[in-house]
Amino acid sequence: MGRFQGMRSILKGNRLEKAGAILAALAVWQLAAMLLDNSLFLVTPFVVARKLMTLVFTVDFWSAIAFTFLRIEIGFFLALFLGTILAFAAGRFRVIGVMLQPYMAVVKATPVASFIILCLIWLNARNLAVFIAFLMGLPIIYTNVLQGFHAADIKLLEMARLFDVGWRRKFRYIYIPQVKPYLLSACSMAVGLTWKAGVAAEVIGIPDGSIGEKLYNAKVYLNTGELFAWSVVIVVISILFEKIFMHAARALFSYRRKR
Amino acid sequence: MDIIIENVSKRFGEKTVLKGFSAIIREHGITCIMGPSGCGKTTLLNLLMGFEQQDEGSIKGVPVKKSAVFQEDRLCESFDAVENVRMVCHKDTPDGQIRNHLIQVGVGDSLYNPVSELSGGMRRRVALVRAILAKSEILFLDEPFKGLDEERKRQVMNYVKENIDGRTVVMVTHDEEEAAEMEGNLIYI
Repeated sequence: MGRFQGMRSILKGNRLEKAGAILAALAVWQLAAMLLDNSLFLVTPFVVARKLMTLVFTVDFWSAIAFTFLRIEIGFFLALFLGTILAFAAGRFRVIGVMLQPYMAVVKATPVASFIILCLIWLNARNLAVFIAFLMGLPIIYTNVLQGFHAADIKLLEMARLFDVGWRRKFRYIYIPQVKPYLLSACSMAVGLTWKAGVAAEVIGIPDGSIGEKLYNAKVYLNTGELFAWSVVIVVISILFEKIFMHAARALFSYRRKR
Repeated sequence: MDIIIENVSKRFGEKTVLKGFSAIIREHGITCIMGPSGCGKTTLLNLLMGFEQQDEGSIKGVPVKKSAVFQEDRLCESFDAVENVRMVCHKDTPDGQIRNHLIQVGVGDSLYNPVSELSGGMRRRVALVRAILAKSEILFLDEPFKGLDEERKRQVMNYVKENIDGRTVVMVTHDEEEAAEMEGNLIYI
């Protein structure tokens, strides 16, 4: 009982610390904006909040969010699905890992802007964010899952070999529990990165009705308040999605059959 | 078919663990490998299981279908006792049969707890049931009763003897009483 209360007070303490840190950061922002006194360079948090309040009551705001969210998350889920399958295939058959290595190395090392410009030649700007989010998420998921696969307990694998356990069961009982923490940490990293890269793709491709277009217009018309407001929206959606997704993923992994 | 071990030697670096060792392990019987700590009992078991390769000599007649209780339990930590046993069973093995075996060795109260939460003795018994229920022609048991109190040890020994089903059993132990209780052939290293 005492231990639970102790944990609760630590959590409460952590939340208070976080809230304090956010308030302090907002205060620094406000102070910097006041000192600079130029709304073209830096607007105050109040201006951003006011701008957000006007934006949230427009249909355009929500349709832009839906447009971008849908495309980036399709890209993320494609990366998650394909990255996991390719990593398991590479873990199982070494030759697949060897063949995939140059592709993954190139995707990891190439600047996202190069990909965006190159892909604009191949793809419609409306769906560019899907491909860029996928491309940025894929190597993270692939590398981490493969690392988890290789970290599987040798002694358990030896046991499975002796008992002549089939591949499906080896996956379920040995590989999946081993890969789980690697996959979760990869997802946490990939969610943020796919949002950054996806929005960057939209800013360059400027598809109609996207968050990227709103950011681009805000820059062109020197509307710093709107630029900040949309940036806040991107950060909030990215963090919210990460929290919801990670919660669901953890729940899925810890699911136990009812008896 | 008996297992014939002829002039087997095994070295790890500079250290010779087995030197010119020969023995015959009778089919369908219990054979206890005995000897002091560090004499090469587990190494011999690893050679028989195919985890190590001998430097010299030959081992013939080891059946293909094997099951084992290892020196470490080698259980899948996040799964419960039933799931750990199910992993090696035929897909049609009913849950009830697995539960029944686990109850026989005294794990009935913790059937659905992750094995990481079980005591050392309970984990050992889960590993034993796993080896017993796996479809095999030979059972390798490396100190299978380690960590069990006298009363429990006797109960588990009876369980093993009742469930061998004519398989060949190779058991490593350094306890003479255990070997006598199992009524097996003795091989000293």
